Amino acid sequence: MNAPIIQQQSVGSSTVPSVRVKSQYWKRAFPYYFMILPGLLYLLIFRYAPMFGLFIAFKKYSPFQGVWGSEWVGFDHFVRLFTESDFLLLLKNTLILNLLDVLVAFPFPILIAVLLNEVGRKYWKNSIQTIMYAPHFLSWVVIVGITMLLFRTQDGGINALLGSLGLNRIELMTDPHYFRFVWLFHNIWQGAGWGAIIYLASIASIDPALYEAARVDGASRLRQILHITLPSLKTIILIMLILRLGNFIDVGFEHVFLLQNPLNLEVSDVFETYIYRQGLVQGDFSYVTAVGLFKSVVGLVMVVSANAIAKRFGEEGVY
Amino acid sequence: MKQLSMGDRLFTFFAYTFLVLFTALILLPLLYIIITSFAPAKDYLTRGFFLIPSHWTLDAYQYLLHNPGFVQSFKNSIFITVIGTFINITVTSMMAYGLSESWIKGRSAVNFMILFTMLFSGGLVPTYLVVDSLHLIDTFWALWLPAAVAPFNVIVMRSFFASLPYELKESSRIDGCGEWRMFAKIILPLAKPAIATFTLFYMVGNWNTYFSAVIYLNDDSKWPLQVFLRQMLVINDERVGLLNEALYTYTPSARMAAILVSALPLLVIYPFLQKHFNKGMLVGSVKG
Repeated sequence: MNAPIIQQQSVGSSTVPSVRVKSQYWKRAFPYYFMILPGLLYLLIFRYAPMFGLFIAFKKYSPFQGVWGSEWVGFDHFVRLFTESDFLLLLKNTLILNLLDVLVAFPFPILIAVLLNEVGRKYWKNSIQTIMYAPHFLSWVVIVGITMLLFRTQDGGINALLGSLGLNRIELMTDPHYFRFVWLFHNIWQGAGWGAIIYLASIASIDPALYEAARVDGASRLRQILHITLPSLKTIILIMLILRLGNFIDVGFEHVFLLQNPLNLEVSDVFETYIYRQGLVQGDFSYVTAVGLFKSVVGLVMVVSANAIAKRFGEEGVY
Repeated sequence: MKQLSMGDRLFTFFAYTFLVLFTALILLPLLYIIITSFAPAKDYLTRGFFLIPSHWTLDAYQYLLHNPGFVQSFKNSIFITVIGTFINITVTSMMAYGLSESWIKGRSAVNFMILFTMLFSGGLVPTYLVVDSLHLIDTFWALWLPAAVAPFNVIVMRSFFASLPYELKESSRIDGCGEWRMFAKIILPLAKPAIATFTLFYMVGNWNTYFSAVIYLNDDSKWPLQVFLRQMLVINDERVGLLNEALYTYTPSARMAAILVSALPLLVIYPFLQKHFNKGMLVGSVKG
């Protein structure tokens, strides 16, 4: 499904307008540069300037001495991070959450797309899609808020129901045992339907003749999925997986932060919330910049190696 | 062969069941929130679990509308979303179009710069220091500018512009149409569905903005709705007050109503744009 666009691009480049005369090139190209400029300025100021700002990870930044005046401390902050007792906890929590997400939440959209493709009736398909996409438009504040309302000890809908049935009420938000489950469930609830779009579009581009031939040969629906649909989705699944692996050290600040409370810190504390707490709340700017740099480098290494591995196996990769 | 068709029927049954259950799982909490937001406060104290309010009332909504903090943050969110989305879509589509022509020199360098920001970032504090040094703290610009462009969206839109038939542009050039006029008269009308889709995406992002408001806005009169909602719903603060007003107490109905009011603008708009998402316009984009 990448093919058409790439083809069209190459068609475009084969009919390059005659730009041999320099002044003519600039006259024609000027509007394009002009349009690129605001976006380029944005990248330089808000994306690349902060990357240069990363050198404060090697300094002892103080607001009074400024970025330039602060003294250099080499790798002190990194040594502190790796020897900090919290480090292993942060790493463990981050890895467990990501592992759960990749193993359970990642396949969900694929499953939904494949099953949705089996739904023949247009009306059903459309209704299911409309409802399944909706949570994507709700913020984490709203989703966490709904969960808290439903599980209020006394009058929350689900706990009131459990109570009236004579069952134990669930302290969903304060009992640390539930944290990972709630987090994972939210991810699926919010993202699985929306995530299916990309796979649905991919399925739509499969040549119907393949299914036709399989039916003639007497292949069951399940076999058609196993031997036609899933193999056709292999490339896009791999691309999505590579992109996902690039985020393996990220958990998504807002969601975890909103679910976090002093009671579940032991399972909910991750690098992002740690950076927020130590940095913006406690003001230890240099140290958390070092933590952030560590996180960014790990992310970069993950995505580059996942991409390289994909290419080694003869797949396209992301870039 | 007969066995297989039996299997097929079972499989179809499984597919429907799974999808209907998943849909119900999404729908039921939302329906519960909607219905109970119309319940009088005393229902929660006296009735335990209930689905249908003892009588239908708009108390919760009236209560919210008379809360200056809620109203102010709602207005802030609308302002942030309208201006923010305008900036997003203008800068993104211009950049994407500018980069869509393969004969533009320096194009691949900028493309690489866009891709690289998706793989590596300066992180929270360095970005904060940049925003701080530009004196944007406590202004809405701190929400708009650092999030002006989502690099991924530029890449998707760029492939969209590049996929427009080249003959179209060539023939208008031959007819003597300037590049600017061509953009306005030919390209933009064709790009309407794409622009509509990305406008929606950016709107969602702006409306739901929370974290950047927490870090960049200390002044609570500038708080967007999400920050206000968090105080109200998640911190479980029974008495959230903004603007040094008298403290407000939120009943469960008022909380439900707040959720509904905050989710409504997007939930109302999106079905109208839904048809565009499925066209695969978004796909084929992962690759530059």
